[in-house]
Amino acid sequence: MELIFEKSRPGRRAVVFDPLDVPEATLPPALCREEPAALPEVGELDVVRHFSRLSQRNFGIDTHFYPLGSCTMKYNPKMAEAVAAHPGFLALHPHLASAPAMWPLCQGAFELIFELERLLAGIAGMRQVSLQPIAGAHGELTGTLMIAAYHREKGNARDTILIPDSAHGTNPASAAIAGFKVVEVPSLPDGTLDPEAFRKALNESVAGVMMTCPNTHGLFEPRVREIAQMAHETDALMYYDGANLNAIIGECRPGDLGFDVMHFNLHKTFATPHGMGGPGSGPVGVGERLEAFLPGPRVVRDGNAFGLASPPRSIGRISAFFGNFLIAVRAYAYILHLGGDGLRQVAHNAVLNANYVYARLKDLFEPAFDGPFMHECVFSAAPLAKHGVHALDIAKALLDRGFHAPTVYFPLTVKESLMIEPTETESKETLDAFCDAMAEIARLAAREPETLHAAPVTLPVGRLDEVRAARELNCRV
Amino acid sequence: MSFVPVTPVEQAEMLATIGLTKIEALFQHIPESLRATSWDVPPGQSEMAVRARLAQLAGHGDGTRICFLGGGYYDHFVPAAVDALASRGEFATAYTPYQPEAAQGTLQSIYEYQSAVCRLTGMDFANASLYDGGTAVFEAATMAVRLTRRQHIVCHDSLNPLYREILETHTANLGLELLDGDDPAGAACVIVQNPAFLGDVRDFAPLAQRCHEAGALLIMSFYPLSLGLLKTPGAMGADIAVAEGQSLGVPLSFGGPYLGILTTRKEHVRRMPGRLAAATEDAQGRRGFVLTLQAREQHIRREKAMSNICSNEALIALRALIYLCLLGKEGLREAAAHCHAKAEFLKRRLSFARLLNPGPTFNEFAIRLPRKAQEVCAALAEQGYLAGLPLSAVGRGEETDLLVAVTEQRTRAQLDAFAEALARACR
Repeated sequence: MELIFEKSRPGRRAVVFDPLDVPEATLPPALCREEPAALPEVGELDVVRHFSRLSQRNFGIDTHFYPLGSCTMKYNPKMAEAVAAHPGFLALHPHLASAPAMWPLCQGAFELIFELERLLAGIAGMRQVSLQPIAGAHGELTGTLMIAAYHREKGNARDTILIPDSAHGTNPASAAIAGFKVVEVPSLPDGTLDPEAFRKALNESVAGVMMTCPNTHGLFEPRVREIAQMAHETDALMYYDGANLNAIIGECRPGDLGFDVMHFNLHKTFATPHGMGGPGSGPVGVGERLEAFLPGPRVVRDGNAFGLASPPRSIGRISAFFGNFLIAVRAYAYILHLGGDGLRQVAHNAVLNANYVYARLKDLFEPAFDGPFMHECVFSAAPLAKHGVHALDIAKALLDRGFHAPTVYFPLTVKESLMIEPTETESKETLDAFCDAMAEIARLAAREPETLHAAPVTLPVGRLDEVRAARELNCRV
Repeated sequence: MSFVPVTPVEQAEMLATIGLTKIEALFQHIPESLRATSWDVPPGQSEMAVRARLAQLAGHGDGTRICFLGGGYYDHFVPAAVDALASRGEFATAYTPYQPEAAQGTLQSIYEYQSAVCRLTGMDFANASLYDGGTAVFEAATMAVRLTRRQHIVCHDSLNPLYREILETHTANLGLELLDGDDPAGAACVIVQNPAFLGDVRDFAPLAQRCHEAGALLIMSFYPLSLGLLKTPGAMGADIAVAEGQSLGVPLSFGGPYLGILTTRKEHVRRMPGRLAAATEDAQGRRGFVLTLQAREQHIRREKAMSNICSNEALIALRALIYLCLLGKEGLREAAAHCHAKAEFLKRRLSFARLLNPGPTFNEFAIRLPRKAQEVCAALAEQGYLAGLPLSAVGRGEETDLLVAVTEQRTRAQLDAFAEALARACR
């Protein structure tokens, strides 16, 4: 398909402004650009057709089943989009929060932030929540910065964060970006954390432990409380990666499990679609130990009015205002709509769907672990290597059959990993159709592996030359 | 309500396939002692009730006043086609393009976005997006530290004070030193902003040269829409240019989602944070797009990654791209020229106040009023105006100082009426 730049015709316009109703003004030429930016010269219909057609070259939840493990690609109700598009929210200037004289003009937004923080704290068993972090990884960074501030305040010389080998890549990256050394702790063969390995790794240099529960193997960590106790005995803090919260919402709360700090992925659990990679939202929740260190300023209630104040030992601003506010609007509407029972059903049916897929596929593909699984299940395609078939071939063959691929080659702890998270919003017939496709692919792997190597054949392009892309580095026109 | 489509009969069948009879049994392996100790989320409400509640909150504030408030975030016009196209489910409900054949729409749009941003800024490479303007400054600063192996970061007083605060929060545990001024000696970088937070437009080319002579990088935070007129970061010699992309078709939305733009020179691309799309071909020679240089990123490199960023602002980058296409070469110049001309018109109408900018400004300027700026803002809010940003509230001036921004959306009649209202409020 042509680039929008290739559709450009000199002199063609879409948006034209009214004639200037004040005198023209000029800036000194030395401060001005010499040529106008070479942006496309196109009409509105050119733009509409171009982007409509581009959109049709995508798989999205609105069009396809998307069982990407650890990504929680569930359906997000259109109601949440509608409330986030309210002109009263869209037009609200963030600097209204900067001067108390203007606070009366943003009371509704303050109230929403206050209420959502309170609801999220209750859902997770945390004392306070801050909406400032802009994405999940930003929440991790905020959390580890608070852990650093906690130890600095106490005069503890701590420079290390312990992270299980099954963790998302963002965990070690965030800890390192915050200034910590990262020590990886191996999992047991059953896919859960090894408390003995933890005991050995815990020493006076450990500032905190980052965990995901259920972990990226789809398994609940049964010894999480024991690990939290060990950590707390050495004054190390426990960080909960909320990426997989969808699996336990209403059944378990990170605060009750012994965690001191966590992030939520509002875009995974609470009704914001993934937008091709973002925007997301990564609020942090904290227990008693870190309450005083939350980013500020925060929305506080003062009688009937809402205002701002900073916690006593706040780490400061982690984003300019209140994070991705419109994502918070969606999450608030979603929680109100589903309510306590609806949220609990989310976890129940997310786990039901994952276990159903597991039950249907476990004799066709090699399970990486025995389970019991929570929201996702992990298989290994390694046994198919003898036919020359790899996880990537299975992924591409699924695309041809109208399904997005599962997450492949992650977690890194499993060879040729296929990680499947169906989510609660998919119907039985969709899961059955997916499992039927997987069964067909398993048959082809043994009998006609070459047909899998050729996939995908039904999409606008076949497998692309990534080596060439990195060598030529053609990243713009 | 939970958007669960499985019927009770189907649920029973599925449980039977699993070998269970009750859905609660799926959780029975979790020890009782680890179960939620309380769960007091209120009962669900209908869509109708929820939308009424949210409409009430949205109305309990005011986005309808005539806006002269800026401070890095501006009330620009957003063409309807931006919303219509960016809200398409095929874009909005897709994931990060890890299966390129099923995400050519996403990947081509990133490639086009990178192209448009490079053409706008005069820089060689743009990434696929960062969170926002403030965090982009942090990413640029740590990129400069990686490139120079130096530990000092110098912040010029043109920089948005919020960005400086965000930089300070993010670097608190990194052993870096944050200094103020413009001396590049021994520094990893000097961070400047153009136009400055108080509105001044400068040519930073001489500072860029001083930075390079001292082995430091020049990082420039820019205002994307102003580049319809102003000299580009590339032409001034910036090594890394970052921006808050909100001015490109993104509503104010009380602070987000916004768009972090990051661009750099060719020689630094392998140390750049964030995703990058590149053109390539399939076996049949058809052009396609993929993510490239992924070994810089957290999902491959973990603790050695250039950044921890995973979720970015892809859908907002798409908005910016669509906006830049709709305005086009001439439209962007026109929008910037109108902003500047209208601001200059208002500036002259406010001669009763003292102008604090010594030189040229783009669409924002600072004035000293005979009264406290917060009082003036409160008084003008009652008359239907957001008068501007009281500078003392962000630690950048006296209590009487006000930062006033003008966009292409303001009409001459509005400017005249505002000037009179402001004059009255100051009497």
